[in-house]
Amino acid sequence: MSLFKSREALLAGAILVLLALIASRFPAFIAPDNLARVFTDTSPLLILALGQTVVILTRCIDLSVAANLALTGMVCAMLNAAMPGVPVVVILLIAVTLGAVMGMVNGLLVWKLAIPSIVVTLGTMTIYRGTIFLISDGAWVNAHEMSAAFTGFPRATVLGLPMLAWFGILAAVVMIVMIRSTPLGRAFYAVGGNPHAAVYTGISVGRTQFWAFTLSGALAGLCGYLWVARYAVAYVDIAGGFELEVVAACVIGGISIAGGAGTILGTILGALFLGIVKNALPVVDISPFWQMAISGTAIIVAVTLNTRNTKRKGRIILRRAQEQTEGATA
Amino acid sequence: MSDASLTPRRIPDRLHSPAARLLGSWELLLLVVAVAIFIANSLASPYFLNAWNLSDATFNFTEKAMIAFAMALLIIAGEIDLSVASIIALASTAMGAAASVGVGTPGLIVVGLATGLACGAFNGALVTRLGLPSIVVTIGTMSLFRGISFIVLGDGAYRDYPSDFAYFGQGYVFWVISFEFVLFAVLAVIYYVLLHRTNFGRTVYAIGNNATAAQFSGIRVARVKFILFLLTGLMSGVAAICLTSRLGSTRPSIGMGWELEVVTMVVLGGVSILGGAGSIPGVVIAAFVMGLVTFGLGLLNVPGIVMSIFIGLMLIGVIALPRLWKMWRK
Repeated sequence: MSLFKSREALLAGAILVLLALIASRFPAFIAPDNLARVFTDTSPLLILALGQTVVILTRCIDLSVAANLALTGMVCAMLNAAMPGVPVVVILLIAVTLGAVMGMVNGLLVWKLAIPSIVVTLGTMTIYRGTIFLISDGAWVNAHEMSAAFTGFPRATVLGLPMLAWFGILAAVVMIVMIRSTPLGRAFYAVGGNPHAAVYTGISVGRTQFWAFTLSGALAGLCGYLWVARYAVAYVDIAGGFELEVVAACVIGGISIAGGAGTILGTILGALFLGIVKNALPVVDISPFWQMAISGTAIIVAVTLNTRNTKRKGRIILRRAQEQTEGATA
Repeated sequence: MSDASLTPRRIPDRLHSPAARLLGSWELLLLVVAVAIFIANSLASPYFLNAWNLSDATFNFTEKAMIAFAMALLIIAGEIDLSVASIIALASTAMGAAASVGVGTPGLIVVGLATGLACGAFNGALVTRLGLPSIVVTIGTMSLFRGISFIVLGDGAYRDYPSDFAYFGQGYVFWVISFEFVLFAVLAVIYYVLLHRTNFGRTVYAIGNNATAAQFSGIRVARVKFILFLLTGLMSGVAAICLTSRLGSTRPSIGMGWELEVVTMVVLGGVSILGGAGSIPGVVIAAFVMGLVTFGLGLLNVPGIVMSIFIGLMLIGVIALPRLWKMWRK
């Protein structure tokens, strides 16, 4: 029964209704080809939202992801422009490493100095964004300065889907496995659910938050390369304000900002919901200027519904055990 | 939101003498920083010590500081409002629409303030009536309010404001003292009295330190928080009037990103992001520090984006350095 009441089911239902509404007027929108295109377009949002999810699970927030993405993207683009011979695999490694290092800076400040994450990432957000200007001198790196291999990689098709989409799928699968079956994954929930209890069970709250930020940073770095290569341009302001869309995807997906509650599946659905809305607006001939107001409304509605659902339950860490005892008594 | 919640706030048995408290206070440290920046600026640029230039410099922070006063109270009470810049956009759009149908200056003021109040009431109702977390609500309304401006204006702009409307952002009360600066000073006094000299101010601290205890000691927590959201909305409306009058035009992107600068100003001013501590004099000095840094660097032809690095470093540095110092002494 709980399957039908879960917010994931609700959200999946909302997405299906949305798709049905669009399809009733524009059947071409739900053609497999187009849905694949929408998914590919949503992949960067999805990857970033997955990283943000673990950060929010540990009662923190990472507002620096978009700036991290932009800085990593600029470094990759400048590297490619200066040394076109460097293979894409190396660039990918550099991007993930650089992103992870920037995440570690956030994590260290939160862990070692106990500065609230919102303050830390507000600060690093402006610092990372400003650094792009310092290294690029405000100049753009344009398509003709990038090598064909560099820009072609995210678009290369494997089994009918572009690499960008495969990275989205890969990130989602890895995260689901990590969250469910590794000690670190469980620690994210434990730290967010009840930090005191986590300490008593031998989990370091700060260290766990540090790894959450590192993970979020690494994924942002990965997106940095993919973003710049896909749009074949790098400049100071790319993905400006994207961090809020990322947080929005998590919130719509039912990740509780108070930490410790929410699922990766929810985040995936939240990102898909925003992606579909964004891609459907031009199709149904609504001005793209409506998008901002619509996602704002979606956030408010989602958080209202989520809070109503969870109000009486409190936080549950051992969900499976709880379900078992509930099943036993029923 | 971080480890800080794990360590209980230690309250000393006996308070230090007023002089000792002043010497160890955040406000004094900030004041020293402000004076140092002032001296450094006057040495670095021959154009700095000029009454008109300094007067111009105040416009860098007066509007943001007006919002920061109300935001300080809100953050001390343990809530936050990230939608303030979007309220500016919506209020400015409403004033622009009113002006384009021939509403005079007094009418425009009413429209601006009313829009601000309405937005604040909306945020406040969502947070206090539905019990939603303010950070999520205001990320949502941040998109919603600015989204409405985008729907109304698209890529257009309102420009036809009556000529006497220009006084609020461009007028001078006496010699180099601008109307905005006088308003800033008056509001600083009003908020100082409100926070530090009234029962209402004491309840704000009480709520921020322990909302449950405040509730049990007879404070109407929800009502106080609602009033604080109203005040923040109202101050955003006031800032919208000043900014619109100063620019003489309204675009949907007006004041974009200001919410982060306002929060930075409040945190720099020594207000704890976790709630329960902070002062208005601290915020006033922080406003001057930020204004002086921006202006001084501007005179040295440092681009705006590089200044933001300084602001970000300052935000993290002022919090990190005392903590590092404490760790090092241990």
